[in-house]
Amino acid sequence: MAEYLFLVPLLPLIGFLINGLLIGRLPRSVVSAVACGSVGLSLIVAIMLFFDLKALPADARLIEQTLFTWISADILHVNLAFMLDPLSAIMILVVTGVGFLIHVYSVGYMAHDKCFGRYFAYLNLFTFSMLVLVLADNFLLMFVGWEGVGLCSYLLIGFWYEKQSASDAGKKAFIVNRIGDFGFLIGMFIIFWHVGSLDFATVSQNAPMVFAAGGTVITVACLCLFVGATGKSAQIPLYVWLPDAMEGPTPVSALIHAATMVTAGVYMIARTNVLYMMAPDALMVVAIVGAATALFAATIGLAQNDIKRVLAYSTVSQLGYMFLACGVAAFSAGIFHLMTHAFFKALLFLGAGSVIHAMSDKQDMREMGGLKKHLPITFMTMLIATLAISGIPGFSGFFSKDEILWKSFSSSHGHVALWVLGFITAGLTAFYMFRLIYLTFYGEERMDAETKKHIHESPRTMTVPLMILAVLSVIGGLVGMPHIFGATNYFEEWLHPVMAGPPQEAATHALASAGANTSMEWILMFASVALVLMAIYLAWYLYRKNTAAAGSLADKLSGARTTLANKYYVDEFYGAVVIRPLIVFSLFLWKIVDVIIIDGFLNGLASLWHDISNALRHAQSGRVRSYATMFVFGVILVVAYFVLGSN
Amino acid sequence: MVPISAYLILAAVLFGIGTVGVLISRNVIVMFMSIELMLNAANMVLIAFSRALSIADGHVIVFLVLTVAAAEAAVGLGLIIMIYRNRATINIDRFSLLKW
Amino acid sequence: MEDLFLTIVTFFPLLGAVVLLFVPANQHSTIKGTSLIVAFVTMLFSFWIYNRFDPVASGMQFEVNLPWVQSLGIDYHLGIDGISLLLIVLTTVLTVLCVIAAWHSVTEGVKGFFISMLLLTTGMIGVFVSLDLFLFYVFWEVMLVPMYFLIGVWGGPRRVYAAIKFVLFTMFGSLLMLVALLYVYFEYQAFAGEYTFDLLKIMNMPLAYHPQLWLFGAFALAFAIKVPLFPFHTWLPDAHVQAPTVGSVILAGVLLKMGTYGFLRICMPLFPDATIAYMPYICILAIIAIIYGALVSMVQRDVKSLVAFSSVSHMGFVMLGMFSLNLQGVEGAVLQMINHGISTGALFLIVGMIYERRHTRMIEDFGGLAKVMPVFATFFMIVTLSSIGLPFTNGFVGEFLILLGAFKANTWYGVLASSGVILAACYMLWMYQRVVYGKVTNPKNQNLKDLSARERLVLIPLVVLIFWIGIYPSPFLNRIEPAAKQVLSHVGKASTVQLNESYEIVDVPVLGASSDDAEAALAELEGAGR
Repeated sequence: MAEYLFLVPLLPLIGFLINGLLIGRLPRSVVSAVACGSVGLSLIVAIMLFFDLKALPADARLIEQTLFTWISADILHVNLAFMLDPLSAIMILVVTGVGFLIHVYSVGYMAHDKCFGRYFAYLNLFTFSMLVLVLADNFLLMFVGWEGVGLCSYLLIGFWYEKQSASDAGKKAFIVNRIGDFGFLIGMFIIFWHVGSLDFATVSQNAPMVFAAGGTVITVACLCLFVGATGKSAQIPLYVWLPDAMEGPTPVSALIHAATMVTAGVYMIARTNVLYMMAPDALMVVAIVGAATALFAATIGLAQNDIKRVLAYSTVSQLGYMFLACGVAAFSAGIFHLMTHAFFKALLFLGAGSVIHAMSDKQDMREMGGLKKHLPITFMTMLIATLAISGIPGFSGFFSKDEILWKSFSSSHGHVALWVLGFITAGLTAFYMFRLIYLTFYGEERMDAETKKHIHESPRTMTVPLMILAVLSVIGGLVGMPHIFGATNYFEEWLHPVMAGPPQEAATHALASAGANTSMEWILMFASVALVLMAIYLAWYLYRKNTAAAGSLADKLSGARTTLANKYYVDEFYGAVVIRPLIVFSLFLWKIVDVIIIDGFLNGLASLWHDISNALRHAQSGRVRSYATMFVFGVILVVAYFVLGSN
Repeated sequence: MVPISAYLILAAVLFGIGTVGVLISRNVIVMFMSIELMLNAANMVLIAFSRALSIADGHVIVFLVLTVAAAEAAVGLGLIIMIYRNRATINIDRFSLLKW
Repeated sequence: MEDLFLTIVTFFPLLGAVVLLFVPANQHSTIKGTSLIVAFVTMLFSFWIYNRFDPVASGMQFEVNLPWVQSLGIDYHLGIDGISLLLIVLTTVLTVLCVIAAWHSVTEGVKGFFISMLLLTTGMIGVFVSLDLFLFYVFWEVMLVPMYFLIGVWGGPRRVYAAIKFVLFTMFGSLLMLVALLYVYFEYQAFAGEYTFDLLKIMNMPLAYHPQLWLFGAFALAFAIKVPLFPFHTWLPDAHVQAPTVGSVILAGVLLKMGTYGFLRICMPLFPDATIAYMPYICILAIIAIIYGALVSMVQRDVKSLVAFSSVSHMGFVMLGMFSLNLQGVEGAVLQMINHGISTGALFLIVGMIYERRHTRMIEDFGGLAKVMPVFATFFMIVTLSSIGLPFTNGFVGEFLILLGAFKANTWYGVLASSGVILAACYMLWMYQRVVYGKVTNPKNQNLKDLSARERLVLIPLVVLIFWIGIYPSPFLNRIEPAAKQVLSHVGKASTVQLNESYEIVDVPVLGASSDDAEAALAELEGAGR
């Protein structure tokens, strides 16, 4: 089976080629069959590979496949090679699994769109790029996937290109991602010129010999890579593109901007955990940025009215959690949250899509309400996802979020302050999510009559993926139960061979030895659950029970509210500080430096010659006698020179 | 025997007259004659040195110059006649078509 | 037979031009057909050469060395290595595409146009195959004449200004080059007692440090103007904007490469000490060019001048790669020369296609073309992405190698130049958005026809090349590597090696290092850098 590894990314690529080259010539049924089929087959291959991998002994779980040499120059050898290890196995399952469900969902969601073929071609291309990203066995190939998903994101955000805001958002996403990619590139350069290779295996192996642990070089390299991650995974300061990315079709938001692409940064840090473990300072930066983003985005999420924007900021915030986990060296916790988040956030987006579909493409929650009875399946599944993201015990989000919070408190890289940030975020998350639920599904029906007439539950192709994801959102957490529950954390065990071990083990051992820690973990867990329940109660009180109170509260806090609703004016800030000056400077370079200084100088030189010639030409009077006179004087001068010079 | 300096002085005077004639005359014919005068001044120097140094080369060159002068006179006078026919003047200052 | 290859591929277009002289000027289809056949056969010849070329061997191949003006030591000395090989193939392929592209767009002076095209091809190929400095100079100047006419006769409204500017700039540089060339010629006589312009012989002549600086400067100026390196670039936007589409394609695709090729073929091997001495300055100018070109592109209103300024930026990458003076940089630079020829050539063709339809190139006149011309939009997108340097397109491989090399030469070169990657995305995507996305606001754009079969035929080969080089560049890199090693081994011979602040390298576990004779010289170079 191992030799079929290349099929995992290849199948979606074939799907893309078929749908892309025959665009507009295939009937919709064939397009959707090709698109879903290719990803579905890819999922089957991925599952089979997963079991192959599982059959291997724990420390030999590695399947590699080299296709051909891609770039080779002197000591640089980059192969087009794929690598399946426990980490990438999880990723391909998430990508193909969630991807497949979203493909199926899209068949229903996009059924009325004119550009059906183009949509699925892009979606397949995305799946291909994402699989290349996670299966790459070297930095450069990962970068291929990295930029590839960026491209697909650009294309899909701007899918409805006739809308100015959509194409703006696509461009913004691409450019902001490029800023991150710049960091990734520099990080790669540093690593290559020190280690002499870009293969993950070689780098992990040689890094401890080449770099001084905690040294400047490795710290800078890790920070550069992290810049890449902040771009792709929408962390401070490069998160601004993600909320705008909601211009794309909703399934795209679910797949790219929630479940898979945006988690690439987390995956990358987990993949290079050996390097990060050698750079504690860089880890600290990761943790701080992650925690800060988690809180920052959650506060913005409180005041958004667009259903997708709430989810977008929620995604940014949850990604912050994942980085927080990585930053405290709890890489497997980060990946665990990545997985559960993929389930419940994809579900939330798809549910939101179902709502939007029912609402005739309206997204403002103030115009919704009371949809519970019209959209029962959507409501139930979304509610499950909301419980999961809020961290209600038993649901998947609880386990992963709790592990992150505990690790941020207990890990040797952790700190109480980080835990506090994460803790507050958990409360805010529960609040804004239940605000969304109450505004959308409960209360009076605030939509206009025309819209109301068209409200309907979505077709089967859309609801079945919702239900499957709902199941996953519930049970997905069971693979990673905390130790204090007396269960085995299969997830951590599975990932253990690829993670730089010590901290987790140390934590585990510390846990085993000190009973005080166990009780501490219980206490923290109860604290966060209590906070979440309080937040839910508050949401219920403000948006369900006593909506007037919500209004008066909003009036009291109107200043804060405007700031939040305007997203802290970060976009305006970037516009004024970066974009405007850059354009003005460019205009200056063009109009002043290029046209006036350089070209002006050269044209000036030309006209100087012209003027000199113009002055001199008057000597050319046409009068024979004046020529003769000059001639005579010339002769006299020459003769005088020879006569006098000879003395 | 007349010293060679005498020939040279005479030639210089003739050449000077010719030069001044070319420069100040407006009449093409007069300019032409002045040029002939200059040529003959040069011839005189050649012959004087040839004689003084007893080398025949000077004579040879003088013959060459005489033929060239004859040919030049033929072509030059032809041109002047053509110009006169076209413009009805031989005032050199009128002919400044080649300016600038 | 083998030694005839290069002569044939060089002079076959000239032969074609001579044949065209005898075709009556009003028989347009005969003229076009003949040119197409000639260009196509030339391309087949170049493929044949590519096929017979030995990618492993270092040194020149298909060499011909016949005396031409024996008394002055001028030889008819031709030969190619991997670098020239790829440039020749690029030239012939672009020529064929240009002939097809010009099929309908040229309506007046058809005969003169195609004769100029073929003459130009001979001149360009000649530059790439010459191994005799005099011959090189002759071809260098020969190619000016048809280009002058292409811009000056078939160009836009300000064509005469642009053509004269182009010629004056180039002539100014090449005159200094001529002087330097003669100096080298006499210096070699003093060194070896023999008059020769043979590049391969002169390469082995040691020159004192200060003369090297001057000579390098003279050659470098000629080449830098051609590249064009900031601040000698101002002829380029004018020439591009005024030139007819085909002229722009050839200009960007091949002519600019003659400058960078000159650096590699002449400046670096002949003046190794000066190369190292000038390296930081040229790198800095290259970085300025990268950023400056990108920023100025961003605010252009004319698509064609945007592409022209983006050329300045891209050629800055090439210069930076070459003067990183390491294999990654040089290989990347050579590959990027080819890439730039393909991508920018394609961009100019695309601009030409909408210009033919709308007779305007202003960005603001367009918008929403994706709706009316979806095939066009797709091609445009692919080419745009290749120009941005997206992975798996050709631009990425070249840019990555260049940046990797530059980073080794000096960390800050690498960092600063990499920012060009961001800016490239800004200006290209912004332009693409304004031209292709959005609603069709201008009624004149409402009924534009999508690409015809002929136009697709022109673009498809380029798109194939874009992906081929992007996904499987090995055939190209393998051919470049020996030649690049050769160049660097000459630079490594520098007597006063003083690579300034090279990136400090901890003992690198070299993976699969090859044992070449150039290796020793490279090791020396690296050692000096430490």
